[in-house]
Amino acid sequence: MNRQAVRLTVNGKPWHGEVPTRLTLVDCLREEVGLTGTHVGCEHGVCGACSVLLDGEPVRSCLMFAVQADGRAITTVEGLAAPDGALSPLQDAFWECHALQCGYCTPGMLIAAHALIARNPAPSDGDIREALAGNLCRCTGYQQIVDAVRLARRRMGEVPP
Amino acid sequence: MKAAEFAYARALSVADAVALLAAAAGEAKLIAGGQTLVPLMAMRLARPALLVDIDGIAELNGIAMVGDTLRIGAGTRQAEIERSGLVGREVRLLALAIGHVGHGQIRNRGTIGGSIAHGDPAAELPLVAVTLGATLLTETSAGAGEISARDFYLGPMTTTLPADALITRIDLPIWRGRVGAGFHEMSPRRGDFALAAAAAQVELDGRGRCRRAVIGVGGAAPTPIACADAARLLEGRTLDDTLIAAAASAAAALTEPASDSHGSAEYRRRLTAVLVARALKDAATMARAVP
Ligand SMILES: Cc1cc2nc3c(=O)[nH]c(=O)nc-3n(C[C@H](O)[C@H](O)[C@H](O)COP(=O)(O)OP(=O)(O)OC[C@H]3O[C@@H](n4cnc5c(N)ncnc54)[C@H](O)[C@@H]3O)c2cc1C
Ligand code: FES
Ligand code: FES
Repeated sequence: MNRQAVRLTVNGKPWHGEVPTRLTLVDCLREEVGLTGTHVGCEHGVCGACSVLLDGEPVRSCLMFAVQADGRAITTVEGLAAPDGALSPLQDAFWECHALQCGYCTPGMLIAAHALIARNPAPSDGDIREALAGNLCRCTGYQQIVDAVRLARRRMGEVPP
Repeated sequence: MKAAEFAYARALSVADAVALLAAAAGEAKLIAGGQTLVPLMAMRLARPALLVDIDGIAELNGIAMVGDTLRIGAGTRQAEIERSGLVGREVRLLALAIGHVGHGQIRNRGTIGGSIAHGDPAAELPLVAVTLGATLLTETSAGAGEISARDFYLGPMTTTLPADALITRIDLPIWRGRVGAGFHEMSPRRGDFALAAAAAQVELDGRGRCRRAVIGVGGAAPTPIACADAARLLEGRTLDDTLIAAAASAAAALTEPASDSHGSAEYRRRLTAVLVARALKDAATMARAVP
């Protein structure tokens, strides 16, 4: 089997290992790094459950082999909370607004919304919907997810209530 | 849905990439953003023995204006093109089209070269390249070459690019003066490939008549098509609704749409005419606003 050494920084911590070249980044994160917060749904780029930040940009971790990510910094949903485990304002808002039911899409939704607010501190409702358009949810009907992002945005002080 | 075994090599330069391709004698595939190739490999529709990673090769990256040409490195990310002020000012048609490519997360990885090389008949970037008559610069171990985007596509996902070649750059012509562009597509859901797409660019003279025009249609034939005869109808004339409707139906007559679960051939042909008319109207409005 073709294997290759890979070095990553995952949620600020260095990780290295030797992995099969055909291992996707999402499988590497879940099975090798041991972080199962990132979910895997469709494995071909359409659902967004596997969204992670790659050097700060949201990407599909099922559409990348781990070897391609060698030397890069990854942030997964586990990296969004404070080091003491306190939820981020965005995570809190998801909780408060009931922005999840089964939770399958939630890690991807949080990563996509986190990346939106990092790039654009005052997103309009249209910006929020556009940023989440590539992430599918089979449960909530999306409305509460948009509500949660709007609440987090307001709490983070960038937009007057 | 896991990819089959492959060996992986990261190319450090264009010379390195073409040497790796030549040595692999047709068994290798380039990977850039991977947004098309990784799904194809997951579904085992592609099973390359060797992946040559060209992501991050510095010489394949960047956007620059040289005279009347906008040069875009093949490895430039779609997200970078979307955010580029230079593209927004100089090649409005590309700026209008790029946001229709998949979703933001796809554009953060996907490259212009990967989309053009793959050649999906409904893809936006091949359509823009064909409409504007872009030049594709290529490299093999035997040397450099170039080909017009209008001669590049043979059929769905089939191009004239040899297996050992790399696209290095896409050169787009810049039109100056009273220029406007329009791009419209219809897709079942946001981010999906288009059922049909239309691109148009016009230049007006001092009296508001059309000096030159290009029209292109995607998703309605085995390749994106440039509708030269339809565009010629516009030259020297005022772009009113009657003329635009005539050009739109001339463009739609060139299509050979297929029927599938998303829509019948007849629906797609009518849709094409509507989209071409909208693109032309936008282009005319934008051009008239230029002093
Ligand atoms: C969910 C989803 C939705 C999408 N929606 C759309 C859409 O609406 N419209 C659209 O156009 N696309 C869409 N795409 C495809 C996406 O735009 C890809 O980014 C793009 O088609 C390929 O670019 P890439 O850099 O990822 O190429 P890769 O996947 O890395 O490569 C694609 C092909 O091009 C070849 N290649 C790559 N670079 C070069 C080069 N420089 N020279 C020669 N050959 C090269 C590769 O060998 C491969 O055969 C979608 C993809 C996904 C996953
Ligand atoms: S698992 Fe990656 S997009 Fe669905
Ligand atoms: S909460 Fe179930 S898929 Fe979104």
